[in-house]
Amino acid sequence: MAVLRMREALRDAMAEEMRRDEEVFVMGEDVAVFQGAFKVTEGLLDEFGEKRVRDTPISENTIVGTGVGAAMGGLRPIVELMTVNFSLLAFDQIINHAAAIPYMFNGQAKVPMVIRMPGGGGHQLGPTHSHSFEAMYLQIPGVLVACPSTPADGKGLLKAAIRDDNPVIFVEHETLYGARGDVPEDDDHLLSFGEAAIRHEGTDVTIVGILRMAHVAEQAAKTLSHEHGVEAELIDPRTLRPLDLDTILESVRKTNRLVVVEEGWPHGGVGANIAALVQEQAFDYLDAPIQRVTGADVPMPYSKRLEQSAIPHAENVVSAALATTEGAR
Amino acid sequence: MKTAEPDGATRTSRPLPDPGTCLELLETMALIRRFEEEAGRQYQRAKAGGFLHLAIGEEATIVGTTSVMREDDYLIGTYRTHGHAIARGTDPKNVMAELFGREDGTSRGRGGSMHIFDGERRFMGGYGIVGGNLPLAAGLALASDYRGTDEVTVCMFGDGASNTGNFGETMNLAALWSLPIVFILENNLYGMGTAVERHSAVTDFSKKAEGLGVPGVRADGMDVLAMRETVTEHLRIAREDRRPTLVEGFTYRYHGHSAADPQVYRTKEEVEEWRKKDPVELFADRLEAEGVLEEGQREAMRERVEARVMAAVEFADASPEPPLDTLYDNLYVVGDQVPGWYAVDERAPKPFPGERERERLEGEAMELAEAGAAYAGQAARTGRREGEEISDRDEGDAVEDQGAGEPAEDEA
Repeated sequence: MAVLRMREALRDAMAEEMRRDEEVFVMGEDVAVFQGAFKVTEGLLDEFGEKRVRDTPISENTIVGTGVGAAMGGLRPIVELMTVNFSLLAFDQIINHAAAIPYMFNGQAKVPMVIRMPGGGGHQLGPTHSHSFEAMYLQIPGVLVACPSTPADGKGLLKAAIRDDNPVIFVEHETLYGARGDVPEDDDHLLSFGEAAIRHEGTDVTIVGILRMAHVAEQAAKTLSHEHGVEAELIDPRTLRPLDLDTILESVRKTNRLVVVEEGWPHGGVGANIAALVQEQAFDYLDAPIQRVTGADVPMPYSKRLEQSAIPHAENVVSAALATTEGAR
Repeated sequence: MKTAEPDGATRTSRPLPDPGTCLELLETMALIRRFEEEAGRQYQRAKAGGFLHLAIGEEATIVGTTSVMREDDYLIGTYRTHGHAIARGTDPKNVMAELFGREDGTSRGRGGSMHIFDGERRFMGGYGIVGGNLPLAAGLALASDYRGTDEVTVCMFGDGASNTGNFGETMNLAALWSLPIVFILENNLYGMGTAVERHSAVTDFSKKAEGLGVPGVRADGMDVLAMRETVTEHLRIAREDRRPTLVEGFTYRYHGHSAADPQVYRTKEEVEEWRKKDPVELFADRLEAEGVLEEGQREAMRERVEARVMAAVEFADASPEPPLDTLYDNLYVVGDQVPGWYAVDERAPKPFPGERERERLEGEAMELAEAGAAYAGQAARTGRREGEEISDRDEGDAVEDQGAGEPAEDEA
């Protein structure tokens, strides 16, 4: 084990896979000479050179589209988009092309590529750089969606994503790039998509959290335990498509209560999706309505005070959890 | 009246290639023409659905281009590419079956008229989004260049696509990265129903990418030999000089944008005027006049083409509808990380089987049936979690075997 920051774990994942496979390459805006807007590609240009670490013009749709074409031509591109908000400019290539091509050409072409994009609020970047679009991506049949919350998961999922033959939307959280954690040093540290992590076992309420909200859920669980005697079971799905619904269902059958925490918007969100799936398959096990804790239903404001009020905090998760246990104790 | 701007040599003065090549060019164009006429007829009979965009009139632009490409060059096009696939060698039967949405279609009925694909012949697809294929072309060329091959990507698109952001972005990137691409702009004078003067500030499309590093020329897209001559040189520039260029094929479509187009934006006279420059008939006339096409050969060719097209219709009509349980096929590439059936529909109490699992089930069912055993109920599968974890059983397993869950009893 080594203690690494998230950005280092992600960089190591790319570097290891690039050493392993000549056909893996990285492209994006300022990924080479500038070393990445968030320094995730630091050192890659020096090691792999300009052919494999390519600065692109500011042309998101064409960067992604070029990646799709290169993947169809047999390469394994890793495309970095500077923020998830910029990925909206590439929606055509992601949905109409990357996700559709294998299906619409009946498997004659495949698109083995990874599209990395940081999102999330907390840095006061305002309404065009701070959003959380996991829910929009999870809606698209044909792509896989990863959203790691720890450096170990970041590395294991990114390596698996690079080796996978499907287009993968790899969502990173801007405020987690500096987060440290133990990371296996094994070159074959791979995680399977669709395998949730149970971070903490508990009996009273299941809390599902993704990306930074996995950490917020963890704080909330401590408060719940220390101050309210409520033992929460913490689940981080790690990938949203495929979703490890079985692990969530198993937990809900035990705790009979569910809270889902995400930074994205409430309507049609990750929590809305999980709530729908859980009530369809475990309705009889639920002792209380499923609670969602989400980002506020507004474009992300710039003001620090407003921004913080728009992002879920541990207190919100505690209240939601207590709402599900009310009357039971 | 709009006319093609002559590019020096004329239709009658340009020397003919060898007779074999001449006859092949003519027959391919005639086949595409007749195929598309018939496709239109089948569409009227509701055999083909959706949209149907015909390229009748544009055959010389297509065949002039494809006939000078190498087999290992990539071709990528738009939603008007029945002819492009046929010109690349795809059997018209499979193209027609795709139009009919049948099992033997080029994409087993998944794509339809706008999304023809033939990976074997490096026809990398027709695409329904205007300009969507331009970045893909850059990527294909990047893959060829990255691997150190001298393959060239030929990217064909219409005048309308030159107004999309993808056009500017892709031209810049292609020039910046010295990608081996020939962009063929099929200028048929209309973006859907909007004339070029009304949709593009620059109507000499050969100039439109120049400022972005991709110089261009205009060629007579109604003359197969003119297209061949120009595209040959531009393929060479891409292959040897490693530079992207653009060829504007100045052409015309006789039919509407799609089959549902009343064509109020142009006059019948204009269409008639262009028909006088017909790329198929005029080429045949010249071959006849110069003795390449001998007496009776023209009629024999017409009959051959007719027979192939009618056989394609018959074939398509006889081809089965895709089975419903193939709905999720090829949505994902099933592999280590992704058991496809597990990914596609988390709601289904019994996961929808992907193709590999289904094949296995069918195989098992057959074996059971052969053994005289009742197999009802045994073909169901529960989720992956009832079986072994994928990560625990990957040693020694072939990758292609990992998509399906381990056999387990149905819990229902």
